[in-house]
Amino acid sequence: MLDGYGPMLFKGLTATLGVAVGAYCIALVLGVLGATAKLEGGRVTKGVAEAYTFVIRGVPELILLLLVFFAIPTLIQSIVRSISPEFVNFRLELEPFTSAVVALGFIYGASATEVFRGAIQAIPLGQLEAARAYGMYGRVLVVQVALPQLLRFALSGLSNLWLIVLKATALASVIQVVELMRVANLAAGATNKPFTFFLAAACIYLAISAVSLVCIKFIEVYSFRGTEQGAK
Amino acid sequence: MNFGPVIDGLPVLLQGLAVTLVLTVSTLLFGLLIAVPLAVARWSGPKWLSSLIWCFTFCVRGTPLLVQLFLVYYGSGQFRDELEAIGLWWFFREPWNCALLTFTLSTAAYTTEVLRGALMAVSNSQLEAGFAYGFTGLQKLRFIVLPQAFAYALPTYSNDIIFHLQATSFASLITIEDLAGVASVMANKTYLHYEFYLTAAAMYLVVVYSVLFALKRIEKSLRRFLYPG
Repeated sequence: MLDGYGPMLFKGLTATLGVAVGAYCIALVLGVLGATAKLEGGRVTKGVAEAYTFVIRGVPELILLLLVFFAIPTLIQSIVRSISPEFVNFRLELEPFTSAVVALGFIYGASATEVFRGAIQAIPLGQLEAARAYGMYGRVLVVQVALPQLLRFALSGLSNLWLIVLKATALASVIQVVELMRVANLAAGATNKPFTFFLAAACIYLAISAVSLVCIKFIEVYSFRGTEQGAK
Repeated sequence: MNFGPVIDGLPVLLQGLAVTLVLTVSTLLFGLLIAVPLAVARWSGPKWLSSLIWCFTFCVRGTPLLVQLFLVYYGSGQFRDELEAIGLWWFFREPWNCALLTFTLSTAAYTTEVLRGALMAVSNSQLEAGFAYGFTGLQKLRFIVLPQAFAYALPTYSNDIIFHLQATSFASLITIEDLAGVASVMANKTYLHYEFYLTAAAMYLVVVYSVLFALKRIEKSLRRFLYPG
C-alpha cells in the first residue's frame, strides 16, 4: 500500500519526534529564563524578555524559521568577511536538523515564557508566607512549596504547547529536514501518489496527538491528586 | 545590509500583504459561518451529531495545517480523472481555491470548539428567562445565547485570529504570492535573504499588533455588555 516507503516513514517519524522533543526542551528552558526575567529581572533583562515575546508573537513561524535558516548564516558570514580580507572565502551553513530544533525552540520559548509567567503569578502569596513562617527558605521553599504548585498551574499551558510544537515540526520540511512531512513529500513525488502519502503522514500525526492527549490526561490526574479540582 | 532593492520592491510586497489580508479575512468569515451551526449542534444537538462534529474538529486540530494543505493541493492530483469526471477538477487545480478550502476548514474547526466552550459558559437561568418570556428555540439562540457566547469567546477567538493570520503564510508554499510568498521570491531572486525576510517580518508585526489593538477595543466594549455596572 505504501510502495515500500513504510520504513522511511518510520524513520521520518523518529526525526519528527526528535525535532519536537529537542525544540520543546529548548522552549522550556527559554520559558523559565524568560519568565524569571520578566518578573524578577532588572530594566535591561526585562526589556529583552518583553521584546522577545513581542516580536515572536507578531511574526509567522514560517518567516522566523526562514530568517534563522537563511538569514543568520548570511549575516554572520558577512560580518566575518568584513572583519578581515583573509576571511573572504568564509562560508557558514547550518545543518538543517539542528537549525530546525534551535529555531522552533526559540520560537516556542516565547509561548513557554507566557505560560510560566502566568503560573508563577498564580501561586497564592499566602502559601509562600506560610512556608516562610514554618522556617522554610531558599531551595526547600522552592522545591517543596512553590514548584509543585507552579507545575500544576502551568500544566494545561505546557500540554497545549507540546501539541503545538509537535504540529509545527512539519515546518522543518521547508528547510529540508528529512522528517515525516519531507519523507511523505519525497515518496509522493517518486510514486506519483501524493494523496496516499500525505494522508499516511496526517494519520501518523493524528496518532501521536492522540497518544499525547491520553498521556496528558494521566499526568493531569496524577498532578491534581489531593486537590479540590482532582476530586471532581 | 542593502535595503535598496527592498524599497524598489515595496509595491510588490504591499500587493502580497493585500493577498494575505484577503485570504485571512475571507477564510475567517467562511470559517465562522460554518462554525456557528457546528458549535450549536455540538452544544445542544443529538449525541451522534455531536460526536461526529468532534471527530472533524479532532482530525483538523490534531494534524499540521501544512499536511492538510498539501493533502488538498497535491493530493487532489492523484484523483484528477475522477475529479474531472464529476466536474470538480477546475476547483482543485487552482492553488488559491485549495488554500481557501483548507484554511476555512481549519479555522472552522478551531472556532467550533471555542464557541462550544463559550456556549456552555452561558448560564442556564438565561435560557429559563427566555423560556418564561415565551421565546422559541431559535429566538433564544439569536437574542440570548449567541450574543453572550460571542462575547465570552472573543478573548480566545482573538488568539485564534492572530494564529490564523500567521498561518496563511503557508499559502506561499503552494505558489500563492502572499506576503511571505513575495518575500521569498524576491529573496531568492536578489540573494538578499535577510533584508526581504526582515521587511516581511516587520510588515506582519505591524498588521498583527494593529489587529490585536482593534480586538482589545472590541473586548473592552463587550465587557461592559457582559458585566454591566
